[in-house]
Amino acid sequence: MSCQVEICPDGPALVRGADEVIDAAGRAHATTRPVVAVCLCGRSQRAPWCDGTHKVVTAAAPRPSVVEARDS
Amino acid sequence: MQLPRPRGPFSAQVFASMVSPDPAHVAYDAHADVLSDEDAQIALWALYELSYRGFDDVDARHEWSPGLLATRAQLEAAFEQALRELTEPAVGRALDADRPDRVPAQIAAVIDDAEDAGLARFLQREATEEQYREFLVHRSIYHLKESDPHAFAIPRLDGAPKVALAELQYDEFGGGRVDRLHSTLFARALEGAGLDPTYGAHIDAVPAATLAVNNAMSLFALHRRLRGALMGHLAAFESTSSLPCRRYVGGAERLGFDARVTAYFDEHVEADAVHEQVACRSICQRLVEQHPELQRDVLLGAGVCVQLDARAGALMVDAWRAGDSALLDTLQQEVA
Repeated sequence: MSCQVEICPDGPALVRGADEVIDAAGRAHATTRPVVAVCLCGRSQRAPWCDGTHKVVTAAAPRPSVVEARDS
Repeated sequence: MQLPRPRGPFSAQVFASMVSPDPAHVAYDAHADVLSDEDAQIALWALYELSYRGFDDVDARHEWSPGLLATRAQLEAAFEQALRELTEPAVGRALDADRPDRVPAQIAAVIDDAEDAGLARFLQREATEEQYREFLVHRSIYHLKESDPHAFAIPRLDGAPKVALAELQYDEFGGGRVDRLHSTLFARALEGAGLDPTYGAHIDAVPAATLAVNNAMSLFALHRRLRGALMGHLAAFESTSSLPCRRYVGGAERLGFDARVTAYFDEHVEADAVHEQVACRSICQRLVEQHPELQRDVLLGAGVCVQLDARAGALMVDAWRAGDSALLDTLQQEVA
């Protein structure tokens, strides 16, 4: 399956069809669901996955994380 | 599952009709606030249950009994009117404040309009083990059939919103793995907390406010006309899940609950962060693009989700702060 990335305004990136997501420190995280939400605000406590924290830090400047999705 | 206990003369009559060979119409005379009327809400819950798992003591064919459907329609008319009145101010403000093509922003506005009962914070920091168990009992009515109501929308949608709903539901229903079915994860959480995990086991214990949360989903689910509200409900539900679930995990860890309890809420921190985006953007936004006439109902559904949740949550927190419980032991003894 091809990999698709959808950027959600003021939210995460929805990633479909990826086997793993590489976080900012270079660690690989396997995806466990058909679509995953990757943190773009840089403040998730479950990085690289979104945990909704962007909604409580919208006043702060967004801090994009480095994201690389590996195609499956 | 057997029929629940009646909570007054009306539900007693409705249940008697349900177990009879040829159910008769029982007239519903709205005399109290239907949202908090124990007698009306338990009757409506039981009538709706005929379209989910049914009851051992009710003929499965009675799901389509004209008499019972007539009773249900009377209850639903009063219930829907109450729900529209409850949410109309917030829906009106959201429609005024945002551009009409920004459905996710409008859903967010409706959510922000609801008062936070402080349930998640209470569970995280203050709740006793017993209060946390009570919370699980209230939630069991929905979570043991998690996502079932919203599945009724699938054949009523087409194109992009249908694909998005199926994607979301696939995750809810285990992603192809029986042991990942979310209702099963919740049953395990109940077991982990020492509670009965059987479907319907706690129905006699929960108050009208908790039943109304569930009945609203079924009202939206069983009427194609209200599919917009059903999807708006889903969007608000998912949007108000990730952050509270983190607090529920914190509370369960603080109290030293079994890993099965934390596992359920832990799963929903990440899952619902995904589902929120899918529901708001890929389902609701696309649905309103296809059917602009559904815009107000999408916001109605979102408003009903957060307002009824806030009422049920406030009932728990207020009772706990008073050293009491929001469960219905007294009523159970009265009607036994």
